[in-house]
Amino acid sequence: MKKPAKAAKPATARGKAAPKAARARRNDAAPALTDADRVGLFQTMIAIREFEEQVQLSYLEGLVHGTTHLCNGQEAVAAGVCKALRDDDYVTYTYRGHGHCLARGMDIEAAFAELFGRETGVCGGFGGSMHLTDMERGLIGAFGIVGAGLPVAVGAGLSAQLAAREQVSVCFFGDGATNIGAFHEAMNMAQVWKLPVVFVCENNLYGEFSHISHTTPYEDLVTRAAGYAMENVKVDGNDVEAVYEAAAVAVARARGGGGPTFIECKTYRHRGHSRTDPAKYRHPDELAAWMKRDPIPVYRARLVKRGVITDRKADAIVAKAREASKAAAARAAAAAWPATGRDMAALTFA
Amino acid sequence: MAEREITYREAILTALQEEMRRDPKTLIMGEDIAESGGPFKTTLGLVDEFGPARVRDTPIAETGFVGAALGLALTGWRPIVEIMFADFLGVCFDQIVNGIAKHRLMSGGRVKVPVTIRAIGGAGLRFAAQHSQTAESWMLSVPGLKIVCPSSPAEAYSMLKGAIRDDNPVLVLEHKALLSSKGPVPVGSDDAAMPTGPRILRPGKHVTIVATLAMVGRALEAADLLAADGIEAEVMDLRVLRPFDASAVAESVRKTNRLVLVEEQVAAGGWSASVVADVVTEAFDYLDAPPIRVTLPDYPLPYSPPLEDEAIPSPTRIADAARKLMRDTGRG
Ligand SMILES: Cc1ncc(C[n+]2csc(CCOP(=O)(O)OP(=O)(O)O)c2C)c(N)n1
Ligand SMILES: [Mg+2]
Repeated sequence: MKKPAKAAKPATARGKAAPKAARARRNDAAPALTDADRVGLFQTMIAIREFEEQVQLSYLEGLVHGTTHLCNGQEAVAAGVCKALRDDDYVTYTYRGHGHCLARGMDIEAAFAELFGRETGVCGGFGGSMHLTDMERGLIGAFGIVGAGLPVAVGAGLSAQLAAREQVSVCFFGDGATNIGAFHEAMNMAQVWKLPVVFVCENNLYGEFSHISHTTPYEDLVTRAAGYAMENVKVDGNDVEAVYEAAAVAVARARGGGGPTFIECKTYRHRGHSRTDPAKYRHPDELAAWMKRDPIPVYRARLVKRGVITDRKADAIVAKAREASKAAAARAAAAAWPATGRDMAALTFA
Repeated sequence: MAEREITYREAILTALQEEMRRDPKTLIMGEDIAESGGPFKTTLGLVDEFGPARVRDTPIAETGFVGAALGLALTGWRPIVEIMFADFLGVCFDQIVNGIAKHRLMSGGRVKVPVTIRAIGGAGLRFAAQHSQTAESWMLSVPGLKIVCPSSPAEAYSMLKGAIRDDNPVLVLEHKALLSSKGPVPVGSDDAAMPTGPRILRPGKHVTIVATLAMVGRALEAADLLAADGIEAEVMDLRVLRPFDASAVAESVRKTNRLVLVEEQVAAGGWSASVVADVVTEAFDYLDAPPIRVTLPDYPLPYSPPLEDEAIPSPTRIADAARKLMRDTGRG
């Protein structure tokens, strides 16, 4: 098989210069990170990790209903990509979307309350863990149907292109989603219309309980993008700065009218697919190898080594985030249930 | 406003044109709708007036562009999509049923989804089983979606305008056998309220006949046949499949005591079953006989003209059902 040209790019996008279009704007982070940015990235990842850990505890307490899909291990993707975005950009994501919402600044108490099905939830308890929506933060939708968010992100990208506001639309999805039709229709439309869409594929090697090798003809999903003649890059999804830099380049390209980009983030989920999945189908060695590459300790060590942060400061960030999650979850758990017996007509139709 | 005699096709085109002029946030997407004006020419010339950004040819990707409509609607646009044949709704079923229809409620009522989906369906043109369905029953059980069925040029015009202005997802099921039918249309009208329920097209006191789309014309023809026998049929156009309100039908039945329903779909899962259920609940004591549903037979629609004609409810079949009801109630 002839290797598509684009797939042959280096393993990460680090060190790549951003095009001119990445001119500084209000919330438009330039590719070069300051130390404060680095601490911010670390804090975002910690906030997500601590949130997910608390979700796990709350789940065991019976506060989270139905199911929930944790993103432990994949925090660098949400943190790195969202760092490259502006407040008015649009994002679609999936049932495994807590991290993306937090990285966009969703209030954690409102997020917990939504997971707990409470009145104070970000969607009033109507959506739940799989459907966190927050229009004020450009969080336009979490999709429980694999791949369904991609065409919606294309629509938001078209919206941005038509409005000429230089907004960007980002969609997060998994490796498994690249096998469904919606993915291909969305990729094709975005490329043919040169839309400001960034496709962020979180390749965590599994779709539910199936390893990618059982479902997909190759493990490097950038190959998919080459089929649509789309700019693409493969990046270490557990390296938050590498993710950020790839995203910044893609976002600048999209904002500058250069069209869509496909970013493949190689990553791994630490936990099972959902709360009922012990993930026995994974070889312990595989898990152990990836745990060594846990994006959080890896980044922490790097920041400490570079003198960006001290161990004490890092510990304080973790402790503070843990406390914040615990307290927010406690407040959410104390919140009222949504009123029943309501007239739902106004919620169903505008 | 001027009342003009135009075709159903022109009524659709005029409604699109007027609403796109009125609201710069409207846009239409579909396959071959720009330069070529759509396979049924319902968008002819729109691209010249509004340009290719707002009259957008899409790839053959119903999931893609219907999903994109949701993204556009959530971010401030008022998209209209054309599904070339209603049969292709199956290809974007998920985006409509799980996405467009549910996004508002799942957000706790915090978003609006003003999407209009026009789907051109219906039998009678020898298009065979994959290009002839009205798709009326497919999304009947989907809350969050409005579904309307225009049976005349005037209805096509006002329903489409109402759908476009509505802040909710509306599926407009158009019928291709009606595209060349002519009728008076209040062109330039600013009154574009969405219909809320059925309409009586011909009053009568002996039997109520309820129909949609192309079956409305056939029901009116049946009423003519029945009139020759001295039977006065009340013909109702159901118009709105969702949100569904059969109380006007129940009211008619209180007067006629007999009910025939004509549906261009198979009986299983069709709207006529819902109408019967509601009428039984609301007006059981007024029914002198069990209602009769005249529907497509329970097999995929055949292609050959005699076979297709045999399947579609004819005025004679409809009239026969009404006559049987009259006989069964001792009035025949
Ligand atoms: C259309 C559809 N088919 C099947 C499912 C059930 N399902 C939920 S998540 C999932 C795996 C998706 O894998 P991937 O895209 O890699 O995302 P990940 O869960 O790894 O983040 C499946 C099969 C679904 N939600 N939607
Ligand atoms: Mg996966």
